Amino acid sequence: MKVLVTAKRVVDANVSIRVQSDNSGVDLNNVKMAVNPFDEIAIEEAVRLREAGSAEEVVVVSIGITNCQEQIRTALALGADRGIFVEADGDLQPLAVAKILKAIVDKESPGIIILGKQAIDGDNSQTGPMLAALAGLSQATFASELTIEDGKAVVTREIDGGMETISVPLPAVITTDLRLNEPRYASLPNIMKAKKKPVDSYTPEELGVDVAPRLTTLKVEPPSERAAGVIVETAEELIDKLKNEAKVIE
Amino acid sequence: MMSYHASLDDINFALTYIADYPKIAALPPNREATSDVVEAVLTEAAKFAATLLAPLNQSGDQQGCRLGNGEVQTPDGFREAYRQYIDAGWAGLPFPQQHGGQGLPWILGGIVQEMWDGANMAWGLCPILSRGAIELLLSHGSEAQKSLYLPRLISGEWSGSMHLTEPQAGTDLAMIKTVAVAEDDHFLLKGQKIFITWGEQDFTENILHLVLARTANAPPGARGISLFMVPKFLVNEDGSIGARNDVQCVALEKKLGVRGSATCVMSHGDNQGAVGYLIGDEGRGIATMFTMMNNERLAVALQSIAVADRAYQLARDYAKERVQSRALTEQGNSEPVTIIHHADVRRMLLSMKARIEAGRALCYYAMGQIDISHADEDSQLRGAAQKRVDLLTPVIKGWCGESVIDVTNTGIQVHGGMGFVEETGAAQYLRDGRICSIYEGTSGIQSNDLVLRKILADGGEQMRLLLEEIQGDIDVWREDLAENLALAAIIVELHQSLAVLREATDWMMATGTKNVNSAAASAFHYLMLTGYVTSNWLLVKGIANALGDTESDGRSDAYLTVRIQVARFSSEQFLSLADGLLKTIQRGDDAIMALAVDEF
Ligand SMILES: Cc1cc2nc3c(=O)[nH]c(=O)nc-3n(C[C@H](O)[C@H](O)[C@H](O)COP(=O)(O)OP(=O)(O)OC[C@H]3O[C@@H](n4cnc5c(N)ncnc54)[C@H](O)[C@@H]3O)c2cc1C
Repeated sequence: MKVLVTAKRVVDANVSIRVQSDNSGVDLNNVKMAVNPFDEIAIEEAVRLREAGSAEEVVVVSIGITNCQEQIRTALALGADRGIFVEADGDLQPLAVAKILKAIVDKESPGIIILGKQAIDGDNSQTGPMLAALAGLSQATFASELTIEDGKAVVTREIDGGMETISVPLPAVITTDLRLNEPRYASLPNIMKAKKKPVDSYTPEELGVDVAPRLTTLKVEPPSERAAGVIVETAEELIDKLKNEAKVIE
Repeated sequence: MMSYHASLDDINFALTYIADYPKIAALPPNREATSDVVEAVLTEAAKFAATLLAPLNQSGDQQGCRLGNGEVQTPDGFREAYRQYIDAGWAGLPFPQQHGGQGLPWILGGIVQEMWDGANMAWGLCPILSRGAIELLLSHGSEAQKSLYLPRLISGEWSGSMHLTEPQAGTDLAMIKTVAVAEDDHFLLKGQKIFITWGEQDFTENILHLVLARTANAPPGARGISLFMVPKFLVNEDGSIGARNDVQCVALEKKLGVRGSATCVMSHGDNQGAVGYLIGDEGRGIATMFTMMNNERLAVALQSIAVADRAYQLARDYAKERVQSRALTEQGNSEPVTIIHHADVRRMLLSMKARIEAGRALCYYAMGQIDISHADEDSQLRGAAQKRVDLLTPVIKGWCGESVIDVTNTGIQVHGGMGFVEETGAAQYLRDGRICSIYEGTSGIQSNDLVLRKILADGGEQMRLLLEEIQGDIDVWREDLAENLALAAIIVELHQSLAVLREATDWMMATGTKNVNSAAASAFHYLMLTGYVTSNWLLVKGIANALGDTESDGRSDAYLTVRIQVARFSSEQFLSLADGLLKTIQRGDDAIMALAVDEF
């Protein structure tokens, strides 16, 4: 069985981001980038499936600007066998990404597709479900446990107030939750080997996908900064402020 | 939140533009180490250091090592971190592929070690010592020894330790008393070694101790000393672990810093004698040991920079958070500001940053020269590079070892009272970094080495070549960089201090041949002067190379501007010390040796 995983290029989780002064988006100039942490979990799970003998090959996809190949190399250093890079500039929205992934699923026929439940930049949580719908595959989202049994994926999902265990027929789309596994550190020999692993490149046109954005971003704003506090003299003053300034009580 | 993040921007800059990495990567053995591989390796190492090693730094310091029944229990988490370190294959980075290493350039091994040290200096000592043992075996081990011991040292499954010091023999190793008596194909050793770093631990299944000892009937003094390998567990011919050897950790030192590491009193031969195997020639032990000493001394210099960098990161973050006092420039009822707005706090932070960048420049330059000395196809260039490393090693070890004291000390000062409180972490960096000017030869010994063995012994030849090279660069820069006013001012300052260093060198040459005590009395100041001048030369060299590199998209103008300002600060605050140092140097030993011993 072949596993397809994704490695989205996002701002490193340790970086504190700045919004561009014209409020059009986040400033990505000279900012450290990394693999989306939920995708790292997906890669780790795929490599574990191969190590356990449940899968033969792990193929990693990244879609975006040329530098996305760094994220493919990272995934290869973590143990993926082969990379697919789809070069696409500009705003890539979840639907466009899902369509590209669908085209790759058609080419590769993976037995299982594992994606992060969301990317930490857009926080959309849409790509996985959209891909499942487009490709007509079953899906199991927010997985915190995954086992493969008799052509089925048994997935424990984190839901409000507890856990749910479901079984879906393969091929299927799985999206990862934080607790699915703890990704390993890339080893030095694997970093060296990653350079020699094959990476194929496509464009959206070659895959027959129109990536034109369907949504328009009106405005991006940073969270409002906390204003400095004031020390109130009396309880009456506090109640007055809560009523008349903050207007949180009546 | 005492986190540590390797300064990847500064590291990449120094690697590319000061060590001239493109040249190193072009050498035939290094062709796999292309810039994308380097990027991936350094990014992963930085992640490993930040997430696995750094969180154990303060707890390791507080907990320390414990000894029971000859076994050392290391601080919580150290052992698991070591396991992950070998699983990830870091130990073999710069060593030959033939023995299981990755065969990457030496300088990359150094940079990765810098990250371990910045994250956790106590833990990082273990890989440094193993590296020393590997180097010794590579250059002096027999083929049988290499194939039996190297693969598991290089994988990190086994560690190495260095047994030189004895109670009566520290700086002066000729006084070593541990004896080795020949028996069959091996020797039996008896004696006590002190201050042995990681002489015992619970990370690895075996430890290979490299021990200096005196053979029976050997001549007195240094020529009677040989080098032996004493494994903790003997190793059978098939590579399996054999009997426990007669070498024991009998006590641990309580110490100022690097408390997370075990500093052991090691007893050899309490019973029948510790089995040791001769490494290299009999009677050449000290010389053999010194084949890796240059590299170890540079490793200590890098430790200094790593710890200094961590101290800077903490102080900088604190200075951006701590609100205290209004800005002098504000009138009336203005709000208090974060302390980074105060000129004196800026001075402190910049003095830290400038010393760190200058020290990193020295270390990376030397490591780059080591790679050239290993791999250049032109044997003359190989030889010249080795000579440059030999000349500069005492300067770099001494200057960086002294700088880490100043930098970490200033780091405490930036914190005010919070710096004096252990919880903050700033104090630990001073305590840890304090060892760097002591072990692997004290600063006094580095100074003597520089003046007596590196300058006087060759008639000042290597120093003359270095001064000429710096002069040549200045001549070029005065033309090429004249339009950048900040740089032009730095170059004027550098030029003046170069003349001062030349004068000091002439004084050393003239005095040293007549009055060696006078030269030795001024040697430390001469070392520091050389350090200031050469490091500032390299700071400018890096900037000049980066400005000349119009192709790379990796260098940002904003970053370069910062580097230029830091170099300017360095030239204004440190190169300006040169005149004073020269004056002191030229006084020689007059006042220093004037008092009789009884008058102290
Ligand atoms: C934490 C720690 C770890 C260590 N790890 C190891 C290890 O793993 N293996 C090992 O073998 N050793 C180790 N050492 C020992 C260390 O290398 C020695 O302490 C060091 O070489 C100095 O020797 P000493 O302590 O005997 O000082 P001394 O040699 O007694 O020096 C005392 C002072 O005299 C000065 N002095 C001595 N001789 C001269 C001279 N000729 N000219 C001018 N000044 C001189 C010195 O500069 C110093 O200021 C370690 C020490 C420490 C504290």
